[in-house]
Amino acid sequence: MEKWKCTICGYIYDPAVGDTEHGINPGTKFENLPDDWVCPECGAPKDQFDRVGQPVG
Amino acid sequence: MKPIKLVENVYWVGAVDWSVRKFHGHTYTTARGTTYNAYLIVDDKVTLVDTVYGPFGNELVERISEIVSPEKIDYVIANHMETDHSGALPQIMKLCPKAKIYCTQKCKEGLYKNYYGNWDFQVVKTGDKLKLGKKTLTFIESPMLHWPDSMFSYLIEDALVLPNDAFGQHYASDKRFNDEVDVSEVMQEAVKYYANILWPFSSLVVKKIEEIQKLNIPIKIIAPSHGIIWRKDPTKIVNAYLSWAKNETKPKVVVVYETMWKSTEKMARKIVEGIVDSGVEVKLYDVNESDKTEVIGEMLDSKGYVIGSSTHDNSMLNNIAGFLEFFKGLKPKNRIGCVFGSCGWAGGAVREIEEIFKTAGIELVQTGLSVKYVPDENEIKKCYDFGKDFAEKVK
Repeated sequence: MEKWKCTICGYIYDPAVGDTEHGINPGTKFENLPDDWVCPECGAPKDQFDRVGQPVG
Repeated sequence: MKPIKLVENVYWVGAVDWSVRKFHGHTYTTARGTTYNAYLIVDDKVTLVDTVYGPFGNELVERISEIVSPEKIDYVIANHMETDHSGALPQIMKLCPKAKIYCTQKCKEGLYKNYYGNWDFQVVKTGDKLKLGKKTLTFIESPMLHWPDSMFSYLIEDALVLPNDAFGQHYASDKRFNDEVDVSEVMQEAVKYYANILWPFSSLVVKKIEEIQKLNIPIKIIAPSHGIIWRKDPTKIVNAYLSWAKNETKPKVVVVYETMWKSTEKMARKIVEGIVDSGVEVKLYDVNESDKTEVIGEMLDSKGYVIGSSTHDNSMLNNIAGFLEFFKGLKPKNRIGCVFGSCGWAGGAVREIEEIFKTAGIELVQTGLSVKYVPDENEIKKCYDFGKDFAEKVK
């Protein structure tokens, strides 16, 4: 499963780990995160994330 | 200095820091000083919005005391945890230990990790309302404008926005409002503030402003936590923010260089002549003699960047390297650039800076210009043409 990086603060969402503090179970794909999920470090919304390994716009 | 009334029962009770010249450690030069703006709302509940930098705590207490005894404070709104706004919070909380602190979850965590105070925190989210009596506050979370904890407060009945650092400027003055001062000076400081602090978060700035515009709420006054309060035409600064955040530029070039034995400087001066003769606005800075906060400010509305460095130990010189490290973190978009420099033998600086441009997303529009030792007449002509060619691409 692909990791995604927050372009604002650099946090990496790893689906294998999830975001349990905010109710996201390990194994949850980035695409399946709720629309109102935000970066747990800086609060940036989902659309500020880029797939890791992809050129940053 | 007495408290200053913004509207009925709302007062500025902050402090003017006339002499501060370095901010955030050494990352920001405050050539015109700054202010720490705190606001007091007197209603059935007495509410303090933000505090000041710690060393100015006594001034804050004195100013509050001119209106009401600080023991009477019921609520403290902490829009942002950073120490220039929360430094006097422990002093205030000693005077009114039962006051409730309203802030975001991240701000609560941050304030605790700064002061370890056993205070009554009330976490708020976007849209929450706090009734003060006749007046009502509502909150809008604004993460990364400019820290994760940041939020705006809005006093509904007075159409007063209290956005903390957003729309601020480091500008010390005996006046509080934009209709009382030379507004071009204030705008210079607003540009520097945006460029050096908020530029990396531009995509979030656009979203947040559009979110607020959609709410269709009236805005009569914008009272930030630094500098002058926008009372006359407050939408002007909002529109300026939108333009900067959308990375809108004009045909303008900023040239920054570092030189060892003045060869790179000779190149820089000739490149600038080429740009000037093409009719394009240009600013030239020797990185070691310049105020870097000002240079970054000038880069905000510029389409083109030209960077030069001599080569030392196969690399660029270390002060331009430090400058570029900072610049790269600002994540500028839709800009073009080119690189030049003098070297003795194998070179290295030009290549290295070009790599930084690529990482930063600056489009390299012409091949870097390298000269061995001192540029001769032919090479000086090349520098002039280098500037002219670049200016044409900026137009």
